[in-house]
Amino acid sequence: MPRISEDTVLSVARLARLQLSSDELARFARELESIVAWADSLQALDTDGVPPLLLDTGGASLREDEPRGTLARDLALEPAPDSAEGLFRVPRVLP
Amino acid sequence: MTAGITQLSCAAIRERVARRELSAEEVTRAHLDRIAAREPDLDAFLATAPEQALEKARRLDRSLAGGAAVPALAGVPLAVKDILHVSGLPTTCASRLLAGYRPPFEATVVTKLEAAGAIVVGKTNMDEFAMGSSTEHSAIKPTRNPWDPERVPGGSSGGSAAAVAARLVPLALGTDTGGSIRQPAAFCGVSGLKPTWGRASRYGVVAFASSLDQVGPLARSAQDLAIAASVLCGHDPRDATSAARAVPDYGSALGRGGAGLRIGVPRAALAEGVAPEALARFEEALRALQTAGVSVVDTELPHLAHAIAAYYLVATAEASSNLARFDGVRYGVRAAGAHDLRRLYGETRDQGFGPEVKRRILLGTFALSSGYYDAYYLRAQRVRTLILRDFEQAFAACDAVATPTTPAPAFRFGEKTENPLQMYLEDVFTVPANLAGLPALSVPCGLANGLPVGLQLVGRPFEEETLLRLGHSLQTVTTHHDLVPPDSRSRGS
Repeated sequence: MPRISEDTVLSVARLARLQLSSDELARFARELESIVAWADSLQALDTDGVPPLLLDTGGASLREDEPRGTLARDLALEPAPDSAEGLFRVPRVLP
Repeated sequence: MTAGITQLSCAAIRERVARRELSAEEVTRAHLDRIAAREPDLDAFLATAPEQALEKARRLDRSLAGGAAVPALAGVPLAVKDILHVSGLPTTCASRLLAGYRPPFEATVVTKLEAAGAIVVGKTNMDEFAMGSSTEHSAIKPTRNPWDPERVPGGSSGGSAAAVAARLVPLALGTDTGGSIRQPAAFCGVSGLKPTWGRASRYGVVAFASSLDQVGPLARSAQDLAIAASVLCGHDPRDATSAARAVPDYGSALGRGGAGLRIGVPRAALAEGVAPEALARFEEALRALQTAGVSVVDTELPHLAHAIAAYYLVATAEASSNLARFDGVRYGVRAAGAHDLRRLYGETRDQGFGPEVKRRILLGTFALSSGYYDAYYLRAQRVRTLILRDFEQAFAACDAVATPTTPAPAFRFGEKTENPLQMYLEDVFTVPANLAGLPALSVPCGLANGLPVGLQLVGRPFEEETLLRLGHSLQTVTTHHDLVPPDSRSRGS
């Protein structure tokens, strides 16, 4: 039973903010279907009572919540495609 | 003279610089000349920085002349995978989306290596955003394998591996999410170390899959890896996932050799799918280690067959989240002419990302989406626990688990690009270490049909030292790591 139709790819692509061409939709539907069908081998494993892996290096201890310096605004804006008045600029969002 | 310099190991360069037999400037110039001569055939670099490198080398020479202590990597030319930020150089991740991007900060591991005297000579090619096993997914160009220009160097750190193999640099940095240091190291005949997850800082490294990614060195010998790892590992207050544990002096531990250590071999996993010649080199390497006093026992990894499926679900899920930041707003190349925000995002990402990156973002978004999360992403995370338990059981009777690094030597360009699944299966032996967060080493174990293959050793968490001792032990009784790819087999000659 195919799980990945072109409609599935279209809705996943919308979630991922990817604007795909119709050629891409057809190709990715085909490829993802075969990858997901193969990944379905995991469904045969008994994972009842097995916890998801959580790696812990002990390094992520909480620090005091004190304000401190970070990247300077002009440096942060330098790689931006468009900026104005110390802010990132994007097309109008509100009508 | 110049040719002699580019054959030197990191350890030998430091020693000669310390004795004033060579200046850092001479060493740097010799490698820059070699890069200029060989790069047209190899395409290992995306950017070189000759002036910046020579200036840093001269500064090091002046400080040494002034009586400063000689640091661990004094005068050692370093190539950096184009996913790590280096001050003054662009970071593109071999993607059109990041063309021309200049990061306003530097990766901690780069800063540490430079403080230890390493000289960055350039940024190396890779699969786009580290997604691939061949550099064929670089949006800029493929890198060629120095052993055979018709074959891939492996990936994603293919440029780094090719540069070390072809003597363009003695040391390079890579990143490894599912084998991206070890597989190209094996394909190019060099040594590569993926440290334990959290062992080294990832600050200033563009994230692919955060629960799997780790930075590590590529060099020609385990000894050089040990020197570099002692410098680059360690806690970084800027990376909350980096481990707050002391870093051993790996270099001095090598003298203890491998005698008395035990290697476990998962025989059942090797029964099929490994090329006969590659398997023969693997068995010979085990026998060589035995002559050095290492014992070899049988072991099992019962869930190995499920590793790749679990890996591609977890890695793509995390990638789909990490790559959300590339939206054309704060950095990168913005699609022209989009008049509303949604189209700006969609068109920037459609034009900026290559097919493999899109494929993985789609798969990862699917694995995380409502209705599929439990069946795919969460189940894959549970399978990681099963794989870690496999290793824990194996480590009850051995100090490291050995397999061939890859099922076969380097493949030809185009051989696996038509079928993405075929490319993924290449990672069968390397992904388990990432899934379980364990350290892993690949060292050359000879030629199979004229092409290099690697021996992989996976160790207990934070026991890089054991792996490096075993690798050094092998390199004490064999000369595979000293094999030099021929210069003459270049394109068109």
